[in-house]
Amino acid sequence: MSLTEKDVNHVARLARLALTPEERTTYRGQLGRILEHIQALAKYDVANVPPTSHVVPLSNVWRGDKAAPFANPESILANAPDREDVYFKVKKVIE
Amino acid sequence: MSALHALTAREIARRVRAKELSAVDVARAFLDRAKALDPSLKVFLCLTAEAALEQARRVDEKIARGEAPGPLAGVPVAVKDNLCVTGIKTTCASKILENFTANYDATVIEKLRAAGAVFIGKTNLDEFAMGSSTENSAYFTTRNPWDPTRVPGGSSGGSAAAVAARLAPVSLGSDTGGSIRQPAALCGVVGLKPTYGRVSRFGLVAFASSLDQIGPFSTDVADAALLLQAMSGHDPKDSTSAPVPVPDFSKALTRGVKGLRVGLPKEYFIDGMDPVVEKAVRDAVKTLEGLGAQVVEISLPHTDAGLSVYYILAPSEASANLARFDGVRYGHRSTKAENLLQQYEFSRDEGFGPEVKRRIMLGTYALSSGYYDAFYLKAQKVRTLIKRDFDKAFESVDVIATPTTPTAAFKAGEKSSDPLQMYLSDVFTISCNLAGVPGLSLPCGFTKDNLPVGLQLLGKPFDEETLLAAAAAYEKATDWVRTPPVAA
Repeated sequence: MSLTEKDVNHVARLARLALTPEERTTYRGQLGRILEHIQALAKYDVANVPPTSHVVPLSNVWRGDKAAPFANPESILANAPDREDVYFKVKKVIE
Repeated sequence: MSALHALTAREIARRVRAKELSAVDVARAFLDRAKALDPSLKVFLCLTAEAALEQARRVDEKIARGEAPGPLAGVPVAVKDNLCVTGIKTTCASKILENFTANYDATVIEKLRAAGAVFIGKTNLDEFAMGSSTENSAYFTTRNPWDPTRVPGGSSGGSAAAVAARLAPVSLGSDTGGSIRQPAALCGVVGLKPTYGRVSRFGLVAFASSLDQIGPFSTDVADAALLLQAMSGHDPKDSTSAPVPVPDFSKALTRGVKGLRVGLPKEYFIDGMDPVVEKAVRDAVKTLEGLGAQVVEISLPHTDAGLSVYYILAPSEASANLARFDGVRYGHRSTKAENLLQQYEFSRDEGFGPEVKRRIMLGTYALSSGYYDAFYLKAQKVRTLIKRDFDKAFESVDVIATPTTPTAAFKAGEKSSDPLQMYLSDVFTISCNLAGVPGLSLPCGFTKDNLPVGLQLLGKPFDEETLLAAAAAYEKATDWVRTPPVAA
């Protein structure tokens, strides 16, 4: 299975990865080979098989929507690459 | 004092409780040993001496006050660096988290802390647990204590090597497709992946949420039971943790294997497998038979689909989980960006290593419009077939025995240029995660180059007791718990 250059560019944009042209070429080849291997699944007829997203038979796990104090909010802000006061600072969102 | 590192976790805890040893002395001894040997083994991303000694002091004070210090009193634990420990860096061996300090404890860390454990450092891994050799670490490759030219396995290679070299009596790893069992096999120690849902994943940096489980490494089976006991249980902070009772795992250790039905799946004895590995595993099964087990040939017909299903589902889940690394609230932020989109794209490109990017690309592709049904949904359906294989097998057997890996430890650099070859080294460990069943690897022999070989035991969901019973009986009847020359 081969991937086109357009496929790779599209996926890189969706994944928010600014890949170099060399990386794009490498991944195009490698992903093609991996996808080819994965094509082995085509031989299984699963038309009437339900999907498994998860193996533990749990559904509708609820908890109360209760706020709890966090011991050290400053430790969260301390990890920020850029901040102002108690805010995370980023590039302008709306032009 | 010199032989302190040879003690099991339970013996350390016993002596600390009996005031024969102080927790501080134990912590110092292991920290000194780690400092001396780590430059050659490259196990630790960081040693946390100060925090460890403080924790140890608290254990000693508790004992002095006459309070119960917990079942792991003073036991040093090495922690895979994808588990959050308050105030300690958690890098996932990635550049993107190089400066990230965790500000809460993972539930397993909280539980072990309460049980009296002492965290001595964070161990190396393949970046974000994606890999089978630690060669994908952004920092360095850990050496196999049995042969420094070989890899320790991965992704929890640092934690496996730490225990093999006795830099810590026990350690924590995570297992998404074999990341505890494969390095345990390659380093000659015991590694246990609990049933999905047995142990809370809260505070484990998520790779593939429907497959990840945290588990222990130890030198013997009884220590694995001790750790599992302290880690297990329902946690409201992890909605996938199962509200099931936790049995007394230590009781299973003496149960024996009389009448136990051991399944030998024909699909796990394949071409290309090292004959030494095959012989060691078949001999191990004979040993179990000699102890009273009944061996049954079984079939897990969808085994060959496991790798393909895994390499669709795990990267898909990873691509979603790793979307959070965008350089906004924590982690690396590119200085080259001129707008917000570039900030995301450059930060991620600069922060992630090649294997992580490869898997994000693969997962994003599998989930993208037009391919979702053909890849992701199809893989989820074949996953059902794999799960049904195990359900059916466990109607006629109590435990399944297989090799953990097709070969013993491979050389550093041997597979790192070919991702597909590397993926194939997980071929025997992957189905266990897809089916959500528990799995354990323990040493069952050595190659002529003196490299350990692992026996994998797979059990019914939430029946870790049977795994521990079979493993303990086998361990007692054999002599494979050995230490590499470096740990002598």
